[in-house]
Amino acid sequence: MNAYHQAGLEALGDPTRREIFERLSKRPLAVGELARELPISRPAVSQHLKVLKDAGLVFDRPVGTRRVYQVDPQAVEALREYFEVFWGQALNSFRRSAEAPDDHEPEENR
Amino acid sequence: MIPAEGAIVRHSITVGASQETAFATFTSGHDRWWPREFHIGGAQIEEAVLEQREGGRWYERDVDGSECEWGKVLVWEPPSRLVLAWQITGEWAYDGDLLTEVEVRFVPEGPDRTRVELEHRLLDAYGDATDQMREVFDSGWPGILTGFAAAAETDPA
Repeated sequence: MNAYHQAGLEALGDPTRREIFERLSKRPLAVGELARELPISRPAVSQHLKVLKDAGLVFDRPVGTRRVYQVDPQAVEALREYFEVFWGQALNSFRRSAEAPDDHEPEENR
Repeated sequence: MIPAEGAIVRHSITVGASQETAFATFTSGHDRWWPREFHIGGAQIEEAVLEQREGGRWYERDVDGSECEWGKVLVWEPPSRLVLAWQITGEWAYDGDLLTEVEVRFVPEGPDRTRVELEHRLLDAYGDATDQMREVFDSGWPGILTGFAAAAETDPA
């Protein structure tokens, strides 16, 4: 797992940040709009957005006097690829152990 | 005389924003970053307000409509310097006779990079509680500045 995946996964390890990320994946929103929709304060939204932004999951652009946030499609793609590899390895490992149950003996005495 | 150094708390943070944006977010955007749990009124904060002029008020307006003073603006020098009077006692109540000062300097380090230096001084106004209050502010300001930095970068005024 590279640093990019690590930061992205850690940023999404918080339920409020996942909620913000999910909302932004539907449409771009400004901080004030997110604060109105969520049961947390505007300063709290700001802090969560900074973590998501620093992790490269979202980016912002100016729209008039506001700054609007949206999900970075490249970051989402990178995470998706990570999970595909991860699940591919997990499934292969599962299949190997299912097909050769003897390999599953305890190894603590080696 | 007690050395003044003993009654001072200093913290700084570097934000990814211009000097002008950092100053504007700190002042006109005060409500965007002031932590909601830091209030002295009985009700939740509706808005944290820092009036943008020398002599301006610094206060919270609560959801029940009441207003609680925190202090006032002593020096207003946009976009580089700000001195606020913090007039809240150790029991978290406003006292117009108590005066501690919060100086905030905005030092440009690049077009989109500003170091924000905060000094909370005259803490010996707390008398016997000076050491205790210095610890309170020493541990409290970093979190507040972190919230400010997040706003300057994500929700600038």
